[in-house]
Amino acid sequence: MTTHSEIHDDLSFEDSYNFAYLDEQTKRMIRRALLKAVAIPGYQVPFASREMPMPYGWGTGGVQVTAACLVPDDCVKVIDQGADDTTNAVSIRSFFERTAGVATTEKTTDASLIQTRHRIPETPLTEDQILVYQVPIPEPLRFLEPRETETRKMHALTEYGLMHVKLYEDISQHGHIATSYAYPVKVDDRYIMDPSPIPKFDNPKMDDCPALQLFGAGREQRIYAIPPYSKVKSLDFDDYPFSQLRAPETCAICGADDSYLDEMIIDDDGGRMFVCSDTDFCASRQNEQGFEPAEVAS
Amino acid sequence: MTPLFSVNNITKYYGSQIGCAGASFDIYPGEVLGIVGESGSGKSTLLNCISDQLSFDEGHIFFDMQDRGFCNLANLTEPERRMLSRTDMAFVHQNPRDGLRMTVSAGGNIGERLMNTGARHYGNIRTAAAEWMERVELAAGRIDDRPSTFSGGMQQRLQIARNLVTAPRLIFMDEPTGGLDVSVQAKLLDLLRGLVQQLGLAVVVVTHDLAVVRMLADRMMVMQKGHVVETGLADQVLDDPQHPYTQLLVSSVLQV
Ligand SMILES: Nc1ncnc2c1ncn2[C@@H]1O[C@H](COP(=O)(O)OP(=O)(O)O)[C@@H](O)[C@H]1O
Ligand SMILES: [Mg+2]
Repeated sequence: MTTHSEIHDDLSFEDSYNFAYLDEQTKRMIRRALLKAVAIPGYQVPFASREMPMPYGWGTGGVQVTAACLVPDDCVKVIDQGADDTTNAVSIRSFFERTAGVATTEKTTDASLIQTRHRIPETPLTEDQILVYQVPIPEPLRFLEPRETETRKMHALTEYGLMHVKLYEDISQHGHIATSYAYPVKVDDRYIMDPSPIPKFDNPKMDDCPALQLFGAGREQRIYAIPPYSKVKSLDFDDYPFSQLRAPETCAICGADDSYLDEMIIDDDGGRMFVCSDTDFCASRQNEQGFEPAEVAS
Repeated sequence: MTPLFSVNNITKYYGSQIGCAGASFDIYPGEVLGIVGESGSGKSTLLNCISDQLSFDEGHIFFDMQDRGFCNLANLTEPERRMLSRTDMAFVHQNPRDGLRMTVSAGGNIGERLMNTGARHYGNIRTAAAEWMERVELAAGRIDDRPSTFSGGMQQRLQIARNLVTAPRLIFMDEPTGGLDVSVQAKLLDLLRGLVQQLGLAVVVVTHDLAVVRMLADRMMVMQKGHVVETGLADQVLDDPQHPYTQLLVSSVLQV
């Protein structure tokens, strides 16, 4: 009979996981879904999402896609709202350090796979990189048409008028297209896709992007993809064209005037400052300029 | 002259029970057909079958399509049929909730069919929506209000505008005045009659209310237990019903 202590003696902590946590059969199942997703850009492929040792909403879809893509010499970067040091990003990064033994980095240029929630890095991606998005709600038509049978049909038949009804409502209520996150796009002139809750500022980065972009929705059990160099167009009206939204400010730390900025409250009197949301981008600009980040941060 | 719409021997069973059996009729451009019968006689079943909302067991439906002429709808692909049902055909439901998007503004409701057929100019869509609101006697100033803030009669007029905006040639209506107060019903019927005449619409209207038929229909069809028991010019059938069931229907309405 095997006792508890014998099991502990046999296995070191790391060895008790298969590489990247998921078993090989599950990874194969996810890879098949990924291949299909790449073959049909923007199409939502169902997959049998597994229980992960973290709650839904923490990126279980993205984590499973990442696990299915990883090889031992990968270098992983994880961002949450553009930052590498939030709880969510740190815990996913350490999850893959422990379960796959892969190298990790905060530098966009050093990473071979980047898992992201809410941002696309400012530094342009390359053909050697994979960007994995964590997706909460994959169906862009959901909020106006809750019936899945109907939204599937709409995708199948390219009946996308409803998406413009949403944009029409925006303009009629706000005078402009007020949707600023999860702004819908059309991929490869065919499927309408929710780019996950990234700011619409990031939308143009998806177009003609050299990197492979993969999207995983854990709770909703869907995977979709944008193959490298695909056409990705943000929806709009002829008389209300898509426009990138950016605070008309420069980063208080690195001085960037072209990056996406977060607004921070810095004192009790409502003093504000704008800083890059992409912390790696900001840090690398500081290094180039010889800034001492510690001085600015005080 | 070929009919605009031709229905041939449509039969629908629910299990072993008959929904409607062997219904046939032709409709010519601009013609209004009223289908009457008591509750459960198969009117809605027939209407849903011929408007591509319900599959049926036997029969054929033909439509004179703009681009390819008289055509059996069974030979169209599903995308073609769906496109037809949002351009040249329209359906007005008894309950406006089934035909409107309650969480979308009046303007968005009217504009949807335009956007579904490729309209991508906000200003033009909005102008068309405002014009249609006025044509159905809704204040254009309410264009950004949601239908949930409208009365039942206003919702029904909005549903009609939403359907007419793509200039369909054939409209199906199931008890369009059904849930409304009598005074509101009369106004809506007036409006419908005016629109039908101005636009030269062909209509199939299902109702248990003979007053609707008298007011709107050129021809009528009487159904009982799933079968068509009498057809003819509306005035003639109402004044001189031949089938005993029709006689009963007509006499009971005259007593009211
Ligand atoms: N979904 C259904 N399943 C089974 N029976 C139905 C269904 N819908 C209607 N029926 C039956 O078919 C007959 C015709 O109904 P219906 O077409 O709704 O009549 P009407 O519109 O004239 O009131 C009735 O006997 C009704 O009970
Ligand atoms: Mg009925």
